[in-house]
Amino acid sequence: MSNAPVNNGRRRFLTAATSVVGGVGVVGVAVPFIGSWNPSARAKAAGAPVEINVSKVQPGQLIRAEWRGKPIYVIRRTEETLKALANHEDQLRDPESVEPQQPDYATNEYRSIKPEFMVALGVCTHLGCAPTYHKDDFSEMVEGVKGGFFCPCHGSKFDLAGRVFQGVPAPLNLVVPEHSFPTEGTLLIGVGQGEA
Amino acid sequence: MNNFMAWIEKRLPLMDAMNKHAAQYPAPKNFNFWYVFGILASVILVNQIVTGIWLTMNYEPSGAGAFASIEYIMRDVDYGWLLRYMHSTGASAFFIVIYMHMFRGLLYGSYQKPRELLWIFGMFIFLVLMAEAFMGYLLPWGNMSYWGAQVIISLFGAIPVIGEELTIWIKGDYVISGATLNRFFALHVIALPLVLVVLVFLHILALHEVGSNNPDGTDIKKPKGSVPPEELSKFKFHKQYSEKYDIVDAIPFHPYYTVKDLVAVVIFLIVFCWVMFFIPEGGGYFIEAPNFEPANGLKTPEHIVPVWYFGPFFTILRVIPDKLFGMIGMFAAIGMLFALPWFDRGIVKSIRFRSKLHFLNLTQFAISFIVLGILGTLPATDFLNMVGRVASLGYFGFFIALWFYSKNEKTKPVPERVSG
Repeated sequence: MSNAPVNNGRRRFLTAATSVVGGVGVVGVAVPFIGSWNPSARAKAAGAPVEINVSKVQPGQLIRAEWRGKPIYVIRRTEETLKALANHEDQLRDPESVEPQQPDYATNEYRSIKPEFMVALGVCTHLGCAPTYHKDDFSEMVEGVKGGFFCPCHGSKFDLAGRVFQGVPAPLNLVVPEHSFPTEGTLLIGVGQGEA
Repeated sequence: MNNFMAWIEKRLPLMDAMNKHAAQYPAPKNFNFWYVFGILASVILVNQIVTGIWLTMNYEPSGAGAFASIEYIMRDVDYGWLLRYMHSTGASAFFIVIYMHMFRGLLYGSYQKPRELLWIFGMFIFLVLMAEAFMGYLLPWGNMSYWGAQVIISLFGAIPVIGEELTIWIKGDYVISGATLNRFFALHVIALPLVLVVLVFLHILALHEVGSNNPDGTDIKKPKGSVPPEELSKFKFHKQYSEKYDIVDAIPFHPYYTVKDLVAVVIFLIVFCWVMFFIPEGGGYFIEAPNFEPANGLKTPEHIVPVWYFGPFFTILRVIPDKLFGMIGMFAAIGMLFALPWFDRGIVKSIRFRSKLHFLNLTQFAISFIVLGILGTLPATDFLNMVGRVASLGYFGFFIALWFYSKNEKTKPVPERVSG
């Protein structure tokens, strides 16, 4: 600083005012740079929640949908199936669903919001193959269990709650995605229960 | 010619800067093997920049084209395979050299006062280098590229409240996609290299301001007028140094160390070329096997392991059972290194004159670091996780123990002059 006769108070005020206005400008300019990192409109559209009409799904039937590039399995389980789930828990790796493979609202004995509708990603937790649905003939793979999923790639087995059996390569239960039932017969994948 | 040089010099003192930083820079005369790694790192930096520029000429940064363009470079572009292997081998060599360079700092106390800022610039270089390597590894768009990035980005999801949103912001999509690839490409080829070059520049400026340390940890700059003229270094040094200090035991960086470093560069390049030509994949450690198939979000590789140079930090992350604390542990491991100048409260720099305890502590730190690194490349088992926890304790314990014993450490007397 020079020692010329200056009004230091005024100079300090101008410096502070310029800094504040400049700072606001910097924040403003940062907005587009940070904002442009958000998913683009195209990415958002591709990743939007998927709505599925489940009112016409028959008991025992499996329907498939796609969400964010991954297959979604929806099964309408019968009363009989639900009751049978408890019978083979001693043969499962994680019967209580301790591992966070499902949202909190689906952490229960059926791994679902409504007991009858099972929703899971059709992606084996071993190496990502698609497990096949065996409605009645699963007892060929696991004795005494009527229905389940069998992964044709490396032989992983899951029950009709997507829980993995012991002694197979897959380490974890099938993933239950975020989902909810906005109305009685519609299933929304990608939006959690109570979020919408 | 001389007139031309004088004309330039008057307008931009280039020769003066050359003298100040090379021909008349006083370097301690007792540098040993450990002092070549700074130069080697510079050589690799140049290699990475030049080969990187050439690779971008044929690389296609898009989800659909990236993997195929790498195959195109490897098979169809003249010398494309060579340029790519120079770049990929250079990445691993960079970390070997940098880890050696950092260990030199630990051995001889080069981070201690007055070189704290020099050390911090160095640590920022290390940090940027890790970011650079991580983003570069996504670019081939192989399956390990994809899943490695998946694991690291999902770490940010462990941050409470904003975590999930943050990972989407980083990816620019709900899954790792072409959008992620493109931004990583931009950061890898433009943003981070610019930052890196500026940091290297600052690192060298800060070095030349405080002067090089040496294996004895003594000071070669003595107070002006304190040294009898017959003991002064016989060489001419830049007035910036010689006007302020009496300089002893020093030789000019150029030609004495440039020539010595040249030997190191040649030996290094022999080893480098041997790796590049005969084992460019580094036995699966430099380029991992799953990376020979394209990225596939539906097919997880059997064991997702990072490239070897992230091993130590990845292991610390993995052996902590909680995801958030694991991430905190991993970043704390790097943070500890940043704060090293303040953990060490000792005055004696070099391991040669420090206590037996310090020697043992540094030894166990080096062993812990190597063990963590090896574990990082192996699949996790319960036993190995226990080993990893012990090694993590060793890693963090080094800093804590150092803080306690360095204050009143039993050291040997440090000689006034370098011992040879």
